[in-house]
Amino acid sequence: MNAAVRQAAFRPNWAARAGWLLLAAYVLYAAQILDLSWARFVLGLGQGERFLSRLFPPDFHRWPLLLDGLVESLQIAVIASALGILASLPLGLLAARNLMPWWVSTPTRAFIALCRSFHPILVAIVFVKAIGFGALAGILALMVASLGFVAKLFAEAIEEISMKQVEAVRATGASFAGVVIMGVLPQVIARFIGFSTYQLDSNLRNSTMVGIVGGGGIGGTLFAAFQRFDYGFLCAILLAIIALIMVGEVVAARLRAMFQ
Amino acid sequence: MVGRAESAAHADGAPDSPLVIRSLTKSYGSGRPLVLKGISLSFAPRGVVAIIGPSGTGKSTLIRCINRLVEPTSGEILFKGRDVARARRRELRLVRRRIGMVFQEYNLVERLTVMENVLCGRLGYVPAWRAWLRRYPQTDIDKAFELLDMVGLADFVHQRADSLSGGQRQRVGIARAVMQDPDLLLADEPTSSLDPKTSVEIMELLAKVAERRAIPVLINIHDVMLARRFATRIVGMSEGAVVYDGPPEGLSDDHLRTIYGGEDWLS
Repeated sequence: MNAAVRQAAFRPNWAARAGWLLLAAYVLYAAQILDLSWARFVLGLGQGERFLSRLFPPDFHRWPLLLDGLVESLQIAVIASALGILASLPLGLLAARNLMPWWVSTPTRAFIALCRSFHPILVAIVFVKAIGFGALAGILALMVASLGFVAKLFAEAIEEISMKQVEAVRATGASFAGVVIMGVLPQVIARFIGFSTYQLDSNLRNSTMVGIVGGGGIGGTLFAAFQRFDYGFLCAILLAIIALIMVGEVVAARLRAMFQ
Repeated sequence: MVGRAESAAHADGAPDSPLVIRSLTKSYGSGRPLVLKGISLSFAPRGVVAIIGPSGTGKSTLIRCINRLVEPTSGEILFKGRDVARARRRELRLVRRRIGMVFQEYNLVERLTVMENVLCGRLGYVPAWRAWLRRYPQTDIDKAFELLDMVGLADFVHQRADSLSGGQRQRVGIARAVMQDPDLLLADEPTSSLDPKTSVEIMELLAKVAERRAIPVLINIHDVMLARRFATRIVGMSEGAVVYDGPPEGLSDDHLRTIYGGEDWLS
């Protein structure tokens, strides 16, 4: 009897249920509009099979070209990461609302948001148009991307620090630089290294792509191979990129572990 | 025994008083009630002064106004003749470096070592690049070792602060404050996070610093017994005002009732 009177432990959330139902309905509707049908999928499978069979075996004949592109991509990634990460240190600091007055942090945050608002490929296109073909455009594009990512996360990490530790350093009569060096950085430096290695990883990936729009690196070679239907070489390039990314990932993980 | 009775008497500020507070008020935002309602106090050149009073009565605000971790609303704070309340940035830094502070939750930089934390006490003297490269002057380093020896942490020099116990952390906090070569030491509830035995040890250490360096030490404290035992002067606060100021022997149950209200707890 007692149990019967007791109210339900969990209230039904009608709004959430309606939301899920709506989402399901929209997915079905959108698939209809885009003509996503099983027949189209099967047709695609057939084409994919032909494409795959032309990819293999990979053709490493022109390996010097491949190596050149790969090395250039690597250089683009490393230079863009180094400069971008270095620049995001002061930028992140200026964007932290707990250390800076609003009239400094707000414009800085706006600038960082601007850096983040476009995909690196779009930024690369802009730079290629503005300063011409080549690695410099790719480097600048990836620098902007690094700034947007690392500075934003760095600023957020700073906003989460313990102000008690900062207060204590400030109470010793330390200058602002002293407070940052001994009170703020020790609390965030490990996380900053973490963000930076993720960004290096991501820059490595993107550096193989900026070449497609003329920003230098292996991407240009890749795109040319596509256009000439040189599928064997294309496959060789893809395999090389996979190898590069994997090595990059291992290096980044090592770096992170070193600074924990 | 120095200047105990007269310190309360010459609240208008004697020439030899390192710290004089005049009509200090503080309100957190205009229109909000006053946390400090016109405090006037003057401190003798040496000795432990305990500030007691219930939570939320403005003890912490008072201490933090002295080194401007909290901005006073009005009034004067004369530290060695200079008005801290009106000090501008550089001047304020010069004042702060002569005022050591010990915190309730130690406020050590957790990811730095004990030595690095203690050397933080020199940041008011040493340019930032030296701190960045850890290239402190040798005299500072020698002094840090000496202080760590004094607080009994000579074996913990390279340990990270977050690996220490509460009592050890507070010792580091005291070493950091003394490293500043202070003319005044502020302690904001230095024992509130510690067990009774450690609390006594920390108070002994603070009293020792006060005596050795011959400086005034202002301690906010909840524990009336500890205050009585270690202070040469007790300031009782209630609702933002000083309601008792005198030697510990003069502090009666009546006074405690005025300070804390109620009486059941006194039995």
